[in-house]
Amino acid sequence: MKAGDRLIGSSAEVRIKRRSSPCVLLVLIAFCFSACGRPAQTTGELRVTIKSDPKTFNPLMAEDDSSDIVRYLTGGVLIRVNRKTQENQPELATSWTIDENGRRITLNLRPGIKFSDGTDFTAEDAVATLKAALDPNLHSPKGDAFRAGGAATVEAHRKDKISIEFEHPIAGLERLFDEIAISPSRMAGKADSSVVLGPFSVGEQKAGEYVLLRRNPYYWKRDDSGHQLPYLNAVRLYVLSNRDTELIRFRQGDIQLINSMSPDLYEQLHSEDASAARDLGPSVEPEELWFNEVRKSPLPEYKKNWLRSRNFRRAMSMAINRADLARVALRGHATPSIGIVSPANRFWFNQNLQPTPYDPNGALELLKQDGFRKDGDVLKDKAGHPVSFSLITNAGNKPRERMGSLVQQDLQQIGITVNFIPLDFPSIIERVTRTFNYDAVLLGFTNVDLDPNAQMNVWLSSADLHEWNPAQKIPETQWEAEIDKYMRAQASTLDRKQRKLAFDRVQEIAAEESPTIHLVDKNALVAVSPKVKNVDPVVLTPQTYWNIEYLSLGK
Amino acid sequence: MSAARWAAVALLAAVFLIALAANLFAPAPYAKQFRQDLNHPPTQQYPLGTDELGRDRLSRLLYGMRISLLLAPAAALLSTLLAAIVGGAGAYIGGVWDRLTNVVINLFLSLPWLFLLLTVRALLPLDVPALTSVVITFALLGTLGWAASARIVAATVRDLRNSEFVLQARASGCPSLRLLLRHVLPNVKPILIAQFWISVPLFILTEANLGMLGLGVTEPLPSWGNLLRELENYGALAHRPWLWAPLISLVLVMSLFQFILSGEEYAS
Repeated sequence: MKAGDRLIGSSAEVRIKRRSSPCVLLVLIAFCFSACGRPAQTTGELRVTIKSDPKTFNPLMAEDDSSDIVRYLTGGVLIRVNRKTQENQPELATSWTIDENGRRITLNLRPGIKFSDGTDFTAEDAVATLKAALDPNLHSPKGDAFRAGGAATVEAHRKDKISIEFEHPIAGLERLFDEIAISPSRMAGKADSSVVLGPFSVGEQKAGEYVLLRRNPYYWKRDDSGHQLPYLNAVRLYVLSNRDTELIRFRQGDIQLINSMSPDLYEQLHSEDASAARDLGPSVEPEELWFNEVRKSPLPEYKKNWLRSRNFRRAMSMAINRADLARVALRGHATPSIGIVSPANRFWFNQNLQPTPYDPNGALELLKQDGFRKDGDVLKDKAGHPVSFSLITNAGNKPRERMGSLVQQDLQQIGITVNFIPLDFPSIIERVTRTFNYDAVLLGFTNVDLDPNAQMNVWLSSADLHEWNPAQKIPETQWEAEIDKYMRAQASTLDRKQRKLAFDRVQEIAAEESPTIHLVDKNALVAVSPKVKNVDPVVLTPQTYWNIEYLSLGK
Repeated sequence: MSAARWAAVALLAAVFLIALAANLFAPAPYAKQFRQDLNHPPTQQYPLGTDELGRDRLSRLLYGMRISLLLAPAAALLSTLLAAIVGGAGAYIGGVWDRLTNVVINLFLSLPWLFLLLTVRALLPLDVPALTSVVITFALLGTLGWAASARIVAATVRDLRNSEFVLQARASGCPSLRLLLRHVLPNVKPILIAQFWISVPLFILTEANLGMLGLGVTEPLPSWGNLLRELENYGALAHRPWLWAPLISLVLVMSLFQFILSGEEYAS
């Protein structure tokens, strides 16, 4: 099929019918019936929501969720991480090889591909985009992981072959290409998603209202029967920050898919239309609690000693009833966490870890080892200070507020007073990252990449996002030094088994020391209108339209 | 006083007494979570059902009323007093003081209160008992919420200052203090009372809104404000009409206040 051809149901087909003889008409009718088995047709506009206006349409600069969704829907990438199998799959690169001990990757490009404006895709475009991503002056967040490999040389060997050579090896290098949308060489570094290699391009934006993505008429993928993809003509991304309104509009049929729902809204929808609300099981979005272990924090010394004690943290972990958190706070749409990695991350999850038991008496025994004792209903430390701490979380998040109340009562059982305070999010960030004026915090995280390399910025003791005690010059504890060692070990080898062993050890140390108490892994809750065909929701982002090319709209 | 007003006073007194003696009337401790009975409909054990954490709603309503009925009027009294002092004094003295008072009132009204409250809350310690945080919240509301009332008080006092009977009293040699106490204050009193009663529900609702930002009454302590937050779940209201109880009780108490006071005003 040539570019610009229309498929069944288009105006072109109607014109053909008008000029046809009865015989031809019969053939066409037969063809139409045979086409009914096909998944879809190139009609319709899918409507979904994004939480805010995208900050940029430059795919290399996408950092916020909305910009990243536009990047995913419009960007053509060399290698895609399949959201369902969680494996790498060829896209613009048909194959690749990694050699020079992981420092060099050579990619063979798919021939005959065109950008959405009809110009040819060449190796030059890939080279220019990758150079832009690596350019330290551009500060592309998508290039951060590549730049970890030190100085790099990007070269085009032929029209359809490129290679990148890094100073140092990068583990899991192939997966990083999933984030790099290839732009025409003339636009590299300053692309605006209007000329793309993905299924859609940015067509129109009305600030505060919507972003309209139009079908790429030159998109290279075809379905099993040879039909050019995508099936949809357009995708409209409504800007809508209120989740309640999103559900109302879903009910009204204004939008057809919801990627993420709170348990409360899910239950509401489920009670009205069980088929539209889908619980996909554990996601890679844990809810966790950690204590402030920063030495220079303004907390009193006795409190610092509690929070920096392994026994204290493990006791807190044992005294919290995770099953109740999942059942009560998240309405049963969560699973008690076993460790720092969700079982939804199939490869990297350490199967040998055991869940932390809910054991208030065991918690008290652990606390006794540190000199804590019960005085009536109040737990006191060895100096006689009643054990009391504040727990902050972001206000307005109902499941998290419920979790805080449950933790409060659980710890009350062992004589600890928790002053639970929901705060506005900027205040929390200020306290957690700058002033360190907090005792404990309850927050949730989204792991956008399954590979542990993406978590180096959390687990290395020198990292700014090392939640409980960031930016340490040298590791302050033996176990943090060990975690550093294993995280670096997994990042410096290409052997997947070795990497897995090293990251398994990190998970074990984290379970033993409990610097962060992983409470529950939330289930992925989505809403799917029956009008949308070929939907196959997964737990990874974007849950409902990760296979956007294959989605279509029925009646 | 009419029989209806007596009945209203009796009813209001009963509500106050029940709220003050919440620990005697509440079927369960307000923070106790019956985790096997989440969102339970009303039964003999839970007369108003349980909330999403399994806490007895009636107990929480009684304790919440106690907190709000004690602290919202206290905050309203504080803000009305400040309004009377700042607005009344400036307008009564007149001249530069009046203009200065106007500037201060306008400044206060133009401040972004939400951000100011966020800043103030950020400066306060986190690890304080819930009861202390309640007192801090209402004290903040009282201290910061006087400007709108002060403008009205100032306008009234300004009118009175220039009224014929005050001019006549002044011309006949009436001392300033006597003029203020005998002629101005009695005429400002209905305004102050009205401002006070307008402030009470306003502070209750403001506390509920602040709770959304972590500035209000903190868990597990209930207040009328944070109980009203359950009405956000409008989808559940049709199936669970008992969720209206906090709103109905708030409207009832405020209506009783208004009924009793309006009668007083008419009588005076």
